[in-house]
Amino acid sequence: MPEQPGKNAIEVRGVRKVFGAGEAAVAALDTVSVSIRENEFFTLLGPSGCGKTTLLRLIAGFDYPSAGEILLHGDDIALLPPFKRPVNTVFQSYALFPHMTVAENIGFGLEMLRKPKAEIKARVAEMLKLVRMEHLASRRTSQISGGQQQRVALARALAPQPKVLLLDEPLSALDYKLRKEMQIELKRLQNQTGITFIFVTHDQEEALTMSDRIAVMSAGKILQVGSPWDIYDKPADRFVADFIGETNFLTASIAGIENGKARATLKSGATIAASVADGFQPKSEATVVVRPEHAKLVKGKAELSGTVENIVYFGTDTHIHVRLDGSNDLFIVRQQNARNADCGFETGDKAGIAIGDDAAQVLRD
Amino acid sequence: MATAEEIAKAADRRDVRNRWYLSAPALLTIFFAAVGPLAIVLVYSFLTPGSYGDVKWQFSPEAWVSVLFERDIFDDTLSLAGAHISIFWRSVKLAIITTLITLALGFPTAYFMATRSEKTRDLWLFLITIPFWTNLLIRTFAVLQIIRNEGIVNTVLMKLGIISAPIQILYTDVAILIGMAYVYLPLMVLPVYASMEKLDFRLVEAGYDLYASRWQVLRRIIFPLVKPGVIAGSILVFIPAIGAYVTPSVLGGGKNMMLSNLIELQFGQGRNWPLGSALSITVMLIVMVALLVYVRNAGSKEMRHG
Repeated sequence: MPEQPGKNAIEVRGVRKVFGAGEAAVAALDTVSVSIRENEFFTLLGPSGCGKTTLLRLIAGFDYPSAGEILLHGDDIALLPPFKRPVNTVFQSYALFPHMTVAENIGFGLEMLRKPKAEIKARVAEMLKLVRMEHLASRRTSQISGGQQQRVALARALAPQPKVLLLDEPLSALDYKLRKEMQIELKRLQNQTGITFIFVTHDQEEALTMSDRIAVMSAGKILQVGSPWDIYDKPADRFVADFIGETNFLTASIAGIENGKARATLKSGATIAASVADGFQPKSEATVVVRPEHAKLVKGKAELSGTVENIVYFGTDTHIHVRLDGSNDLFIVRQQNARNADCGFETGDKAGIAIGDDAAQVLRD
Repeated sequence: MATAEEIAKAADRRDVRNRWYLSAPALLTIFFAAVGPLAIVLVYSFLTPGSYGDVKWQFSPEAWVSVLFERDIFDDTLSLAGAHISIFWRSVKLAIITTLITLALGFPTAYFMATRSEKTRDLWLFLITIPFWTNLLIRTFAVLQIIRNEGIVNTVLMKLGIISAPIQILYTDVAILIGMAYVYLPLMVLPVYASMEKLDFRLVEAGYDLYASRWQVLRRIIFPLVKPGVIAGSILVFIPAIGAYVTPSVLGGGKNMMLSNLIELQFGQGRNWPLGSALSITVMLIVMVALLVYVRNAGSKEMRHG
């Protein structure tokens, strides 16, 4: 998709970040380029050590890039100190000032910008209302719960009306229920304020549910940028397919490419239809991915066959691990649970795996 | 047969007795090292001086009167003892300035140390504590060597042509301040460092992120959070500085007395032990009042900051 330069809140161009020097030098970011649009909920997703936090810190100004440019609405801010960037951060540990009250924390940024007292007061009140913390305004930050601290951290970062809000794994310290609540809260805040959010997380589920677009990162590189749907359904490579959700990898030879579809001949000799990216050339050995929920376990013959090895109950659905005949690989099928009925299979059963026309996708590499 | 209540009571009594046994070492230490000696000093301050030092066991408030007043030789009228008061004031003043100098030098030092990597921090800490291993007198004489008229400071300044004659530093208040600041600097650095080390530097980043300049981050975030260390360091420097003896006598040349010199005089040449005792207790009172004022002010400032 062609990018419209005027509409980008942040543009990262060829940014490298090297920590250490000489032989001990480690490239935390290896020539990364990405554009983040205005009013977008953008997520940097990847395992720990992939460079996502480093990229966020470069945008915030806590570190400076070894090479490359970072543009905020067209101006290079890469070398500005953090207090000169109209960008605010919600820290993983919240980093609330323990010697100030909730209200003083929220007003701190405005105070530093030398806003008039009356304006600060009004804005703090507005922020307290936005995060529903009016009743705790005069509390010390040590006297409120983790979820409340999270809200204060958000309000504090939003109060100076930044152009871009950076969030560094802000939900990782919360328990499951609270995290779900805050995910919705964050989306609401983003809609209400219209500020561009850049969100860092290692939690793929969090990324999929909240983001407008996601950048999947690994080893200092961005592997794929796209909508949650793109990332999940059309993973660009093996890492993305593996990192986001559960996936079955199959080896097949690819032939008969036409209109984005191809015939994939599996090792067992079965042929299934699989979608391919534009310009994909026939190949004798390629990786085909099938999401567990897009396959169906059947009694009798199907595209694949195997022996049920393990049945794992998840509440909403059941994962059935099938040892494939011939190749000896494991194939996972996810089956939605019905009330008062088991999955219909038992360990040791012979079963077929039906793969629908749209279920399989060929990876580029 | 004993009732349950009686048994419980007996156990309680035993418990209380055991507690006394166990705290005996602490109580003995407190009695013999703190309360006891202080009581002796207090008693002595109300006795009559003996002709060759020591005391006569005869009650007299005279020592306390002469802490602040002088008795006229001829008509016994009392007038304020200007010499004593100016010595008190000098000691307090020099102790306060010493505290401020050590704070001005110690705070950046502690910040520097706290921002090093964890491994090198220990090295810096070690370097700061090394002077403690050297005798105080030797360290003071080392300072003397540096600042005397033929010392390195004057020699270098003269060689460079900045001055034509040596500056008289030795035997002035400046010399006393240099000496005391040097000797007591670690007492400031260590507690400030201890607070600084606990400081969450993400708060500093959060400050920068919220548009605070470096100075504002220092004043609004770092300083309030390390204030307990600054208070502790100031107390640790102020108390020995107000009663400092070796450094003022060696570097001040005994020309301008400080409290400790005055007290020493009473126990030595002055042969007035009661006055010496009364002056000692006066020093303690000054320190207590100063600390009270200081801690209360420091505390209320924190309240204002929220």
